[in-house]
Amino acid sequence: MKDVLAVADTRDGGVLDVSRETVRAASGLAKAWGGSVDALIPGAAEGKVALGADRVLRMPLSKEAAGNPDIVAGAVAGQLQGHGYSAVVLAATARGRDLAPRVAAKLGVPLATDVIAASVEGDDVVVRRPVYAGKAVARVRMLARPAVISIRPNVFERAPSTAASSADALATSADIGTGKYRVLGFEASRDVALDVAEAEIVVSGGRGMQGPDHWHLLAELRDALGETAALGASRAVVDAGWRPHAEQVGQTGKTVTPKLYFAVAISGAIQHLAGMRTAGVIVAVNRDAEAPIFGVADYGIVGDAFEILPALARAIRELRDS
Amino acid sequence: MKIAVCVKRVPDTGTRIRIADDGRSLSSEGVKFVLNPYDEFAVEAALQLAEAGVADSVTLLTLGPEEARETLRHGLALGAHDAVLLRGETTMDGWATAQALAAELALREDGLVLFGAKAVDDDQQQVGPMVADVLGRPGVTSITEVEVADSVATCRRAVEGGQEVVEVDLPAVATVTKGRYEPRYASLRGIMMAKRKPIAEKEATHVAPGLVVEAIEYPPERQPGRIVGSGVEAVGELVRLLREEEGVV
Repeated sequence: MKDVLAVADTRDGGVLDVSRETVRAASGLAKAWGGSVDALIPGAAEGKVALGADRVLRMPLSKEAAGNPDIVAGAVAGQLQGHGYSAVVLAATARGRDLAPRVAAKLGVPLATDVIAASVEGDDVVVRRPVYAGKAVARVRMLARPAVISIRPNVFERAPSTAASSADALATSADIGTGKYRVLGFEASRDVALDVAEAEIVVSGGRGMQGPDHWHLLAELRDALGETAALGASRAVVDAGWRPHAEQVGQTGKTVTPKLYFAVAISGAIQHLAGMRTAGVIVAVNRDAEAPIFGVADYGIVGDAFEILPALARAIRELRDS
Repeated sequence: MKIAVCVKRVPDTGTRIRIADDGRSLSSEGVKFVLNPYDEFAVEAALQLAEAGVADSVTLLTLGPEEARETLRHGLALGAHDAVLLRGETTMDGWATAQALAAELALREDGLVLFGAKAVDDDQQQVGPMVADVLGRPGVTSITEVEVADSVATCRRAVEGGQEVVEVDLPAVATVTKGRYEPRYASLRGIMMAKRKPIAEKEATHVAPGLVVEAIEYPPERQPGRIVGSGVEAVGELVRLLREEEGVV
């Protein structure tokens, strides 16, 4: 009863980088107990599995089964039964948020989501997690076993990309679906490649952008910053119908912890500040030098976003090209 | 078909949080409590299904203190038909909450049980799918739209990079997020009518918590940084700082 299971995130058969953060969080717990880390990969992952775990367990699933959270949760819970793991760690990604509660329910134990720190104290897992979208942080002791937690992306360091000493393929039953949940199709949104809650860099725009027609300026900065950047938006922008709710940062949207956050033409309402104040570095661009956003920003530029954005995108592109 | 909507009373999102003297909870002094904003989308979805003739009735269900009656009354004013208050403590243990709600829902015959995609206080996004699991019903999360025909609910889900269409057999559980459903306001007539609508009160099934909140703390204050400059002239220095001082670009 000292090993920890890390559940990897996969998409289209490949393992996502956030899985190394999951393994790192799991390793911290396993080390305290003197146990080892197994990384479970749901879906027939072909890609790199150098996740820094002691052992890799591949769980082959058909594409259909991998897209059904109930089937995946059943398969993960099945792996846990009889293995005596002390803790299970998942990532609080879009998919992980759908999966983790089902895994916990099948095991009959509570779940702590969006964990930003985890340790072992007196044999219990003790975690810290933001509440009220980051206006406060709760310290929570997990009494049940296994302790099931999901970690917030971009907070834990990544485990080294070393290959495990063993990689086993698990036998999964083909007959695990109930058939009551059927995925009929997927429509890709234009211009949304990466979820704002999972991005390492977020470029958010506010009401001061004056309309959806000016969003290409933010998109150009995002593109200059590379593949790990995503667009965000303030509540006013989403309420006005300029951008989809999926991009909203704040208490009625997503709470984000990127390494770098650009707040452009966002004044900084309390709900918005709650959702992004745990970012690593915050940059604010605003015409109003008195805007509350400058109170939390590490660096600020006072001025016209329409002039500053193209210059910023150009400067970053030149830097990355050099 | 009946619809049940599980709702929660939460502090208004404009509220400044104050930690109580026990260091483990929030002070409720001066705090305005509201129907959780995401639950408003779920209530709206249910009311639209009722107006379309798909559902015969919409029942609100909450686990909470006596004060949660206000929240239920507000939902009734929006148009829900009746409500159930499960008196009990809500904690951060969503699994305990899920079991208490599921115990009540198991006694009912709802074709659809709706939740808000998350509560803006504990922000765990877990009770809806946990209830689905306990009841053995299919559970679909973060839906923006639902249509019901022939004992099947067809839902659009907001997922990474797009929208997924999922079909579930009824009875089912779904959590609703912002999308098609624009919450309505309570009309004066609705508020008057709500006073006469029934709120049943029961003791919640007690479940021993499997996690304990030991402390609630304020997040570390961010030190205000510095204004690098104004206008386009400041861009070069900003980029240098982000690269050399912070190493983030």
